[in-house]
Amino acid sequence: MAKRSWLGGFLDRNGQALGLYILLAVSFWLLFLIILPQLAMIDFSLRHDLPAAQQGGPQDVWTFENYRHFIFGLPGNPDGWNRLDVGVFGRTIVAAAFVTILNLVICYPVAYYLAQVARGRQARVMAVALVVPYWVNEILRAFAFRIIFGATGVINSTLLTLGIIDLPIDFIRADIALYAGLGYAYVLLMVFPLYNAIESLDRNQIEAARDLGAPWWRIHTRIVLPFAKPGITSGCTMVFMLAAGALAAPQILGGPSNLWFTQLIYGQFFESVNWPRGAAYAIILLVACTLLVLLVMRLFKVRLGEIGK
Amino acid sequence: MAGGVSVELDRLLVQFDEFVAVRDANVRIEPGEFFSFLGPSGCGKTTILRTISGFLEPTSGAVRIDGKDMAFIGPNKRPTALIFQNLALFPLMTVWENIAFALEMKGVGAADRRKHADELLALIALDGQGDKYVHELSGGQKQRVAIARALCAEPSVLLLDEPLSALDLKLRQHMRTELRTIQRRVGLTFIYITHDQGEALTMSDHVAVMREGVIEQIGDGRTIYDDPATAFVASFVGENNALPGRVAEIRDGVALVDTSVGRLRARIATAARDRLRTDAEAIVFIRPEALDLDIAGASAETTIQATVIGEEFEGPNMHLQLRHDGGAELRVSLVNKGRTGTAGIGSSLAAAFDPMKAVALPSGALSAEE
Repeated sequence: MAKRSWLGGFLDRNGQALGLYILLAVSFWLLFLIILPQLAMIDFSLRHDLPAAQQGGPQDVWTFENYRHFIFGLPGNPDGWNRLDVGVFGRTIVAAAFVTILNLVICYPVAYYLAQVARGRQARVMAVALVVPYWVNEILRAFAFRIIFGATGVINSTLLTLGIIDLPIDFIRADIALYAGLGYAYVLLMVFPLYNAIESLDRNQIEAARDLGAPWWRIHTRIVLPFAKPGITSGCTMVFMLAAGALAAPQILGGPSNLWFTQLIYGQFFESVNWPRGAAYAIILLVACTLLVLLVMRLFKVRLGEIGK
Repeated sequence: MAGGVSVELDRLLVQFDEFVAVRDANVRIEPGEFFSFLGPSGCGKTTILRTISGFLEPTSGAVRIDGKDMAFIGPNKRPTALIFQNLALFPLMTVWENIAFALEMKGVGAADRRKHADELLALIALDGQGDKYVHELSGGQKQRVAIARALCAEPSVLLLDEPLSALDLKLRQHMRTELRTIQRRVGLTFIYITHDQGEALTMSDHVAVMREGVIEQIGDGRTIYDDPATAFVASFVGENNALPGRVAEIRDGVALVDTSVGRLRARIATAARDRLRTDAEAIVFIRPEALDLDIAGASAETTIQATVIGEEFEGPNMHLQLRHDGGAELRVSLVNKGRTGTAGIGSSLAAAFDPMKAVALPSGALSAEE
């Protein structure tokens, strides 16, 4: 009954045609583009990797084999656990967290300046300057970074010419190019949630703190940062999730000896053609990232609803 | 408490690009005084306050607090504390944390901060409310928390930027008395910004009336009200009937002015004694309460014949709207002494005034709010 009146109210507010369209579009999106594919993935992840002929046969039963493989590796593995895959997974999570923090440190001053200091034309020019580089597609941007950080790239040749170093630094092997590329890729996703949060802070709050004797850095730690917490969480969540799930940047910028976990997943799907295991690994990544984000939100006492603000 | 100190504005000029917000302000505010800047919005009073608190630097001239030039001393280093129009309390902190914020910035330990905050909570009669959040308080309580937070910084000068404007009328009147009481108790210099002349007159020792960046008059409330220095002050502070005309004669500080309602006799304002000349354009100001229907002893030059076009009975007072045949309209306020005022709308009557209570001033801009 309550549901029906809610539906009736929704249709009255938006009109029959628009209301129905919104309902259908959202339902389609939720059901066919999110829920069903993910359920299919879960189903995949719980199956054996069988040749086409045996699928649907007596051996096609549900199993945790793929998840077991992630933790323990092949049967008879001398280590007792899957050193390679778990190691890649751990490094990916840590690296993604590092990229997120790096991004926050870089973007917070920019967002603060844009939201509270810049006025009129200056703010508009800055916003455009932030957006325009994203017209360049991801692959091209990654290759540009590869060139910049390469052995004969701008950075190395400048440092060599200035005599600061004698031999070129291998930025690619040290993963510096990867961190820089990933960090750069998600600048906007960090700046705008931060900007949104800081922009709604009453300037008088800042001035009041200053008037009461607060030095500039205390104004940030005591007034601006706590106020911007939902924005920080929102930005960090997006950057972390996307960085952990990035594929193109690690492919192009990653060092030869360091794999990103998504590259393992990609490999399972398209090189080993073991879809069940690929699906299991993808779900492991999704669940782990979600749990980590929820844990961090709990630590910083941010509720899920606040992020939407 | 540190005790109040003097504040001096010396030929203060504050300019934003081409726009002059404050022009040639010269003010001396005595230690422990309650001083108000009064004027309509955009008159430059907030600019003055922000310059005193250090958020703005003067284009030229100086702000001196306790005799010391404040040039390039930031707001966090001045012995002033500002109470913002919207109070700007910190919503993510409890009441006591708000109050003790200045101590926190000085590095005082939490236990001492709490103790000091509790003392201030007692001063503002909010004992035991320290652990609440700001949004749980009423408008008047927030007001008092803002005052306590500012006092906690132990300023010598408290600056208040229309802090009562968000409150309803009853609470505003109550807070006026309360502010004055707090000011007397702590003995600080209070500098108060308002566009509400009632607030300025009731609370202040001295008032500076501003218009378009210029201070038009400085004086105590009675002087501002009874002996305005300019036509603007006369029309902005309190209600006034303005009757423009031309000076016919000047004798012993009294002018005879030919106006549209006839020749009127009025005392020349003290500030205009040297400026008002025979044949110059002038305005005669008569307060509504200076007009009376009892015309015994009045001469033609202190009487105005007019028709009643409106009546409002308010209880203690009765207000009449009159129109002279020449078109000029007058407002009359009669104290309710139990008699019936007039013969009703459309009737004709004579209103008289004491020439010493009418003020003649040189022509000048009037308040736009009239």
